[in-house]
Amino acid sequence: MARGLVQDFLESSADRLPDKEALVCAGRRLSYAQIERQANQLANALRARGLQRGERVVLYLPNSVELVVGIFAALKAGGVFVVVNPGVGPEKLAYIVDNCQASGLISWSARAEAIAALASQSPHVKTAVLVQSDKARALPGGVLDWESLLAGESDARPAPVNIDLDLACLIYTSGSTGDPKGVMSDHSNVVFAVNSITTYLENREDDVVMDVLPLSFDYGLYQLLMVFRFGGRLVLEQGFAYPAEIMKRVAEERVTGFPGVPTLYSMLLSMDLSHFDLSSLRYLTNTAAALPTDHILRLRDEFPNARLFSMYGLTETKRTLYLPPEELQRRPDSVGIAIPGTEVWLEAEDGRRLPMGETGELVVRGRHVMRGYWGDAQASAARFRAGPIPGERLCYTGDLFRMDAEGFLYFVARRDDIIKSRGEKVSPREVENVLYRLPGVQAAAVIGVPHPVLGQAIKAFVVQNGAGLTEADVIRHCRTQLEDFMVPRVVEFCEALPMTTSGKIKKTGLR
Amino acid sequence: MQTVEETLRNYIAENILFSDRGYPYADETSFLENGVVDSMSVMDLVLFAEKQFSVPIGDHEIVPANFDSIRNLANFIRAKLGQPA
Repeated sequence: MARGLVQDFLESSADRLPDKEALVCAGRRLSYAQIERQANQLANALRARGLQRGERVVLYLPNSVELVVGIFAALKAGGVFVVVNPGVGPEKLAYIVDNCQASGLISWSARAEAIAALASQSPHVKTAVLVQSDKARALPGGVLDWESLLAGESDARPAPVNIDLDLACLIYTSGSTGDPKGVMSDHSNVVFAVNSITTYLENREDDVVMDVLPLSFDYGLYQLLMVFRFGGRLVLEQGFAYPAEIMKRVAEERVTGFPGVPTLYSMLLSMDLSHFDLSSLRYLTNTAAALPTDHILRLRDEFPNARLFSMYGLTETKRTLYLPPEELQRRPDSVGIAIPGTEVWLEAEDGRRLPMGETGELVVRGRHVMRGYWGDAQASAARFRAGPIPGERLCYTGDLFRMDAEGFLYFVARRDDIIKSRGEKVSPREVENVLYRLPGVQAAAVIGVPHPVLGQAIKAFVVQNGAGLTEADVIRHCRTQLEDFMVPRVVEFCEALPMTTSGKIKKTGLR
Repeated sequence: MQTVEETLRNYIAENILFSDRGYPYADETSFLENGVVDSMSVMDLVLFAEKQFSVPIGDHEIVPANFDSIRNLANFIRAKLGQPA
């Protein structure tokens, strides 16, 4: 892989293992060679319609074969892919298409209206394509049909036009405030991150990875990229709405690797898993938010053959930290150490590097530090700052961590999440961990609310599973386990907590 | 009295789609394929159905055949309640 481009993952696997089943999705099973040919056809079609090196192709599709083909086709054509979650509404889609000045727009028939409107209004769109499930429906004007478009093109691999410093993708992240920002990854960032992650997961060609996470989310996307890098098989699902179905699929496909998020694990732990044969699972991973310690220990009991990796990352560096599974017993609440080939440290607000035991902002150095935010120099300058060697970038994560004597890191809070109550700093996470230990608590989120005396008072939102808990029960439990300034003043019970599309609890809406 | 379908359409329109023009899809439209309801919202829907219709729903019943459209879900709830589909 001398070129170091992301599409090399598909191309080398297609050359080496052409007939291997690479992708299982919605009842279809495709080999590397089949995906390669379709991606070549679409890339040739995009080029023929004027896509220039570095132009953006927006893929507004659910997890599907076409989305996988579209990602590699955009790269092969010399473009930059932008996967947009299919749950995103028309206004946000229009914002992203306009913000990245998309040249290509690929979607499916359920979104025909929005695509037709954008194709006619957006001055930059050269090619708009719809994947149609229902051929009888008329295609809107100016929009092409996926199948007929590919059928007319050569499936020969186009000659590469990029080098590894060119952008490979934009991943839009919704910050807690303001419009979504497109994190720019160049090819070398992605290739480096994929190599580092597959190194510590010890991925092998016979791994079968189940992906229930949207490819618009970097954690979901990288499962595809990693599998195609090592020549494995990806079982791509539409989501994890139906956990029992997912476990059935794990057993049928003899899945070895399972990436999850806390909400999903919490659903699984509330089920009886004994009638599924999950013996093929070799590893589980968790990121997006920390798993409550109690869930970590229970997952180890439920999946005794699988190694569990607790991880931490942010889109701006892809993955940042991972806990080697053999450390889980000793430090279940740590998210570990820097991923292979990178380094991290903690800084105080005045820029001093902090010794172990103190809490400070996590700073990341390595080739996985992305290139900045698309078209937002100000936000880029705040997050990505100069490093010790001229020309390099460090990522200032905005997340506060603590380090133990052996160098393992513990998440404390988002810097702007810290609650100051009675003059004391309270980490919402610490209170949430205690809440999760109370039987009957299914989910919990803790925020600070304005209080005339305390500055901020601790408020807990709790979802319970029919245990009939009262506010007094919850507060009593917290009193036995927390210092008194950390004990919630108010407990509100709710049916469910608001979630982001990536499975994190969305606290911005909580009051 | 509202039909089961009406109750479900209203709930999804108001609480999941945040739509001010009601439920804009057909009763047969697949939730997941068309992005009507995502993974997270299916769990909300399960909780809503359990509470609204007082029917306990087991893990093994949370499958697309029961949950992936207004029609499927309404039929499933009626079967649980011992009513004709």
